[in-house]
Amino acid sequence: MNPLDLVRAEPGPAFTVTLDGREVEALPGQTVAAALWTAGVTSWRTTRGEGRPRGIFCGIGVCFDCLVTVNDRPNQRACLVPLRPGDAIRTQEGTGHDE
Amino acid sequence: MSEPSLAVIGAGPAGLAATLAAAARGIRVTLIDSAPEAGGQFYRQPAPGLGARRPQALHHQWRTWERLRDRLRTHVRAGTVRHLTDHHVWFVERRGAARLTVHALTGPEQAEAAEVHADAVLLATGGYEKVLPFPGWTLPGVVTAGGAQAMLKGGLVLPGRTAVVAGTGPLLLPVATGLAAAGATVAALVDSADPAAFVRRSRALAARPDKVVEGAGYAGRLLRHRVRTFLHHTVVAAHGAERLEAVTVAALDRNGRVRPDTRRRLDCDTLAVGHGMLPHTDLADALGCRVDGTAVHVDDEQRTDVPGVWAAGETTGIGGSALSLAEGHIAGRSIAARLAGRTPDPASWAAAARTRERLRAFFAAVDSVYAPPAHWAEQVTDETVVCRCEEVPAGAVREAVRELGAGDLRTVKLLTRAGMGWCQGRVCGPGVAGIAGCEQSAGRRPFARPVPLGVLARAGESEESA
Ligand SMILES: Cc1cc2nc3c(=O)[nH]c(=O)nc-3n(C[C@H](O)[C@H](O)[C@H](O)COP(=O)(O)OP(=O)(O)OC[C@H]3O[C@@H](n4cnc5c(N)ncnc54)[C@H](O)[C@@H]3O)c2cc1C
Ligand code: FES
Repeated sequence: MNPLDLVRAEPGPAFTVTLDGREVEALPGQTVAAALWTAGVTSWRTTRGEGRPRGIFCGIGVCFDCLVTVNDRPNQRACLVPLRPGDAIRTQEGTGHDE
Repeated sequence: MSEPSLAVIGAGPAGLAATLAAAARGIRVTLIDSAPEAGGQFYRQPAPGLGARRPQALHHQWRTWERLRDRLRTHVRAGTVRHLTDHHVWFVERRGAARLTVHALTGPEQAEAAEVHADAVLLATGGYEKVLPFPGWTLPGVVTAGGAQAMLKGGLVLPGRTAVVAGTGPLLLPVATGLAAAGATVAALVDSADPAAFVRRSRALAARPDKVVEGAGYAGRLLRHRVRTFLHHTVVAAHGAERLEAVTVAALDRNGRVRPDTRRRLDCDTLAVGHGMLPHTDLADALGCRVDGTAVHVDDEQRTDVPGVWAAGETTGIGGSALSLAEGHIAGRSIAARLAGRTPDPASWAAAARTRERLRAFFAAVDSVYAPPAHWAEQVTDETVVCRCEEVPAGAVREAVRELGAGDLRTVKLLTRAGMGWCQGRVCGPGVAGIAGCEQSAGRRPFARPVPLGVLARAGESEESA
């Protein structure tokens, strides 16, 4: 059993986005975080101070742990931002402004 | 003159019940929520693009949701309710004597400003999960219990394959059974609460036989999914290099201290953890509403002490969806009467008021049973990060108290930067307070969301319009 089968989901056609240039498949309506989790990725940024990996924590937009760069906009909350075909996601280091 | 108008912030059970009650009584309602769909946390829906044909497989009380949803749709079609989705409210202000202005951010970058003017505002922004720190809690793979539930209900994804659900509180049960039903192996449910305490509080429980039955239903499902349950146990640490690989749990003694000889390691790639919930109070704070402890203060009509501002649901104290519905219903009726210039008759909501009273008593009992272990802070090593945003270790907080004499959260914050980062102390507040040994107060935050400077600069310019 998986969650899609459990609710008998018939999603619209999957599309591709990229994570640091690598192709990742996403389903319509999924957030950045949901698509990355499905692809087996659980961390997509490192902290400013110690460079520690981070991904989802609160899942509802409160904690800001899940920050990520989407289409060159840094510091987007991956748990809130829905994906669109062709979106370019980049893992983020520190503040996301130091490249 | 146009009909009186109400802005409801939050489309969870409380906001929906209030919207429907007020709209049915001739009030023009604008329902504002940051989510793309109505429902809030309890009735969180999968994105329409995912084409879920049986979303109720992840839900309880589906019929109630269907009724709320259908009535909302009818009102939206009739033009009596305007539903603004994807609107993040960052500030509510009073301009002049009677009108209130709700400021929201919208658009893909959340950089476009939107304003709603209304004669009354209902704060129904719910709550969020409280997590106390422990070594390893910042590892990817450690998520809040509610967060795992939200990702599952909304995105139809699981955080991993093998999960441990831990902490304390009633939310752990639906999370453990939800993850298991969706295909995760739930290796253990670990709750620090002592079930014997329930028996001692049987009066409050006896008042809610439905809740006891609900609990028994969860017990059956745990058994069916072969979830091992460790009661009076706690998570001591999470282990892993780049992501979670295992957790250590241990039994608690009668005083709430870890019994070191009982430590055991459980392999898992997910830890869903929570220690209860906290109300969202930022909008109330900025409006100057009285906040008692961590919850917005309301009277019997759900009015805050600021004229024109009501609050309902978990903003006013944690108590689950049924209580939120009752409070929202009362608030909606009260608002309709007050905006029409009448004094409402409490007899007209007597049934909802009884539900409210019983559920508040029930959750007061639940709260005292599901308290985090008394000595949890002893397990937090000096190296453990307590403020996730600013990466402040527990040692720094202890030093601020011991060497520098900090005696309250504000001073600790100024000395260590704990609570100064992105989340503005929402996540670390209870942890820092516990480690510093001072009281947890509702944090005073200027805005409920980060606001682009351009939006801030233009916020005062708009004309007073409908
Ligand atoms: C992550 C999470 C998952 C949960 N899952 C469950 C569960 O599965 N089962 C269960 O029994 N209980 C669950 N709960 C408990 C839940 O909070 C209550 O049962 C119930 O949903 C509370 O209803 P409410 O109307 O007070 O608030 P909520 O349902 O929390 O609704 C509040 C709404 O306000 C919106 N909002 C908040 N701030 C703003 C803002 N500034 N601007 C715009 N919109 C805003 C939110 O998007 C949300 O839709 C969960 C709680 C959390 C935090
Ligand atoms: S996970 Fe907390 S903000 Fe996204």
